[in-house]
Amino acid sequence: MQIVLNGKPCEVAQARLDGVLQELGYHEAKVATAVNGDFVARPARAATALKEGDQVEVIAPMQGG
Amino acid sequence: MTAFYGVELANRLMLGTAQYPSPAILAEAVRAAGVEVVTVSLRREAAERRDGQAFWALIRELGVRVLPNTAGCHTVKEAVTTAQMAREVFETPWVKLEVIGEHDSLQPDLFGLVEAAAILTEDGFQVFPYTTEDLVVAGRLLDAGCEVLMPWGAPIGSGLGLNNLYGLRSLRAHFPDVPLVVDAGLGLPSHAAAAMELGYDAVLLNTAVAKAGDPVAMAAAFAQAVAAGRAAHDADPMEPRDMAAPSTPVLGKAFLG
Repeated sequence: MQIVLNGKPCEVAQARLDGVLQELGYHEAKVATAVNGDFVARPARAATALKEGDQVEVIAPMQGG
Repeated sequence: MTAFYGVELANRLMLGTAQYPSPAILAEAVRAAGVEVVTVSLRREAAERRDGQAFWALIRELGVRVLPNTAGCHTVKEAVTTAQMAREVFETPWVKLEVIGEHDSLQPDLFGLVEAAAILTEDGFQVFPYTTEDLVVAGRLLDAGCEVLMPWGAPIGSGLGLNNLYGLRSLRAHFPDVPLVVDAGLGLPSHAAAAMELGYDAVLLNTAVAKAGDPVAMAAAFAQAVAAGRAAHDADPMEPRDMAAPSTPVLGKAFLG
């Protein structure tokens, strides 16, 4: 299925958010996630089913002022 | 001693972590200034690059407390979601809440700010709202549950210093017991000293250090200015007056024509 990952189209085989993160290589990275603009907490990723066209954001620490 | 949500800081300079020439210089600047709190942010992470992971390792190594921001958020929804993500990633209830309302000045959207502050406080966050010196908004933010306020000195990154001295003085006078932090717009250590002399509890800045020719030396200079300004405030400065008053005693002066 095709999702939109961080603003870019992305083909994934997994159906749930935790599986997609593994599939894409994030593994144990310090990241937070949102689907279609809503925060998805780490413990909720396994129960979060994705569908075609979902907007997935994967974000991580960066420099800020 | 002032406490920011229960946390007392010996060093009243808070430093941003963006725009330094290199991560090594950022680390050196943080150490040179002896800061205890740095601001951080969140951005999209590419699995194959993992830039964020390296940055996080650097911050962990510095052993400082982090204040995540919601920089770049223009709506309440965006700011709230970003804060939620930041809390999970950085494992802190602290958030520097920015809801930007205007592109040129990066002035906060005060209506959205109050709304987002209420939502986040209700959700257990400890909110540091990036606001203006407006007294009514300050009251609303406190009503929403904020226990710290962060009025701007001048627009973010401008280096103009304290644009509205009257407004900042009046905010301080109206809320004598609320921890107040001047955030944004400072360009020189003298601006930071002036904020502290006004009775502000801390200052937060980034660009003035990161974009200095020598960020490490400038970080140290700001730390000295903040400490000096605070000490001066505590020492109860004299009242200014319009006319001269001789500092050398006149009594006993020789009569020499």
